[in-house]
Amino acid sequence: MANDLIGMTLADARDGLKKKSFSATELTKAHLAAMEQARELNIYVLETPEKALEMAKASDAKLASGAAAGPLEGIPLGVKDLFCTNGVRTTACSKILGNFVPTYESTVTSQLWRDGAVMLGKLNNDEFAMGSSNETSAFGTPINPWKSKGNNAKLVAGGSSGGSAAAVAASLCLGATATDTGGSIRQPAAFTGTVGIKPTYGRVSRWGIVAFASSLDQAGPIAKTVRDNAILLRSMAGHDAKDTTSVDRTVPDYEAALSRGVKGLKIGIPREYRMEGMPAEIETLWMQTAERLKNAGATIVDISLPHTKYALPAYYIVAPAEASSNLARYDGVRYGFRAPGKDIVELYENTRAAGFGKEVRRRIMIGTYVLSAGYYDAYYVRAQKVRTLIRQDFEAAYRDGIDAILTPATPSSAFGVGEMSVASPIEMYLNDIFTVTVNMAGLPGIALPAGMDHKGLPLGMQLIGKPFDEETLFAVAQAIEAEVGSFKPTKWW
Amino acid sequence: MSVDQTIVRRIARLARIAVTEDEVPKLQGELNAILGFVEQLNEVNVDGVEPMTSVTPMAMKKRDDVVTDGNYPERILSNAPSREDNYFVVPKVVE
Repeated sequence: MANDLIGMTLADARDGLKKKSFSATELTKAHLAAMEQARELNIYVLETPEKALEMAKASDAKLASGAAAGPLEGIPLGVKDLFCTNGVRTTACSKILGNFVPTYESTVTSQLWRDGAVMLGKLNNDEFAMGSSNETSAFGTPINPWKSKGNNAKLVAGGSSGGSAAAVAASLCLGATATDTGGSIRQPAAFTGTVGIKPTYGRVSRWGIVAFASSLDQAGPIAKTVRDNAILLRSMAGHDAKDTTSVDRTVPDYEAALSRGVKGLKIGIPREYRMEGMPAEIETLWMQTAERLKNAGATIVDISLPHTKYALPAYYIVAPAEASSNLARYDGVRYGFRAPGKDIVELYENTRAAGFGKEVRRRIMIGTYVLSAGYYDAYYVRAQKVRTLIRQDFEAAYRDGIDAILTPATPSSAFGVGEMSVASPIEMYLNDIFTVTVNMAGLPGIALPAGMDHKGLPLGMQLIGKPFDEETLFAVAQAIEAEVGSFKPTKWW
Repeated sequence: MSVDQTIVRRIARLARIAVTEDEVPKLQGELNAILGFVEQLNEVNVDGVEPMTSVTPMAMKKRDDVVTDGNYPERILSNAPSREDNYFVVPKVVE
């Protein structure tokens, strides 16, 4: 029974709870037990069993009375440690936040609890969401539940939402919150065989989420299936007066869009995503996926997004610039870690040197440089102009009648822990080559598993949509999932 | 463009991050690798292109300029590394 409880999808759990096949408390307990057993994977940085059981008990009361049960009533979720949770330690997996305990709740998580979800704990991520392998976390690297065939080496779960993706893949929650600034939802989803959506910029409130790059950051769910993703996004999305960039538009019933099918849709295949050095099996899977959509009634169209190759370099100006500004608040004065200094400047400098990890320090310094007097126009303004061109590429495709764009999600499957430690920062950055364009243009993008590579590891595809047209992404993703199914690792922990 | 060691020290100072002398050459190499990578943006013709300032085209919402939140010093100070009454404590700033 306990195994069935953690093995099921969020949608099945929701239906089972309604039918009283099991209680929210039983469901939560099964997940807490699985978490305890999986501690060697280093996925949760904080388990909150007491809070979970208390919330599950409240859900059981509501489910019993029937009346006030929310759409996620009794569903146990994991929360990326970037979301502030009232009374529960939140660190962004950085030493500099120390034992920071927020006295407020992020809008996204408060909406999940409003809808009845249960919090299991806080999930590992790259420090301040800066990384593509979750190896920059102050808590150490979470381990991917997947392993290559015949190879015992530990693999990364991707980043920055590596904990969220690994937790879902290892059945340590029924879904998780995540954030995506350059690919941080979609790349880990691809590395773990899970489904993750980065919604349109403005679809989900950023309030109460530790900021990285404010014009790129967007929260979204990672879940086992496309349907589970659609259910979670509906609860996470919506206008919030506390975030001036959040958009005041109705949140559609995403789950209802799943059955739309792809008949008559035009799916674009951008030729610029054929990257040199990309494994042939990714290219093959990409074309197979396009073929599947064609067989399901979609039209496949070759398109061009000419500025694609400039998205990553522009990102590595814009994101560090915004990060250097956002992370100025960590000064050792008002909260978090403090290192002593003989005067206030030395206190700041020592606190920030000891509190930030090396990738974060590097990005703050790049950002400081590109924003400094004399360089601002050459770097930052130029990058923002390139960003306009990237967006115009997509607008032109959509004007020509393209409904969604199909690309690979990542240029490789999951790699080994420590494997990239000798690589230059740029090599790690290349992980986001297919995902970063979407953040630069503010568009929605979903990653879902589409097959396996020769090592037996999942490979992800990405669908990019029009602004605020997450429904089409869910419909197309559902059509792919219906063909290829879901992917689960063999339990070894 | 590339940075020399003097600029690395100046950036660190501006960013309020202490760096030791041993760290400077390594940082210089890493920063120059990133600056070299972003150099390719110079190939792009951006004449007449407006920089993106709003990701989702929208007018920013405005509200009345009134206090909507506050009056809970205990919550604000609850995470302070050092406090006295309702104040954050820092090393002496004014001589």
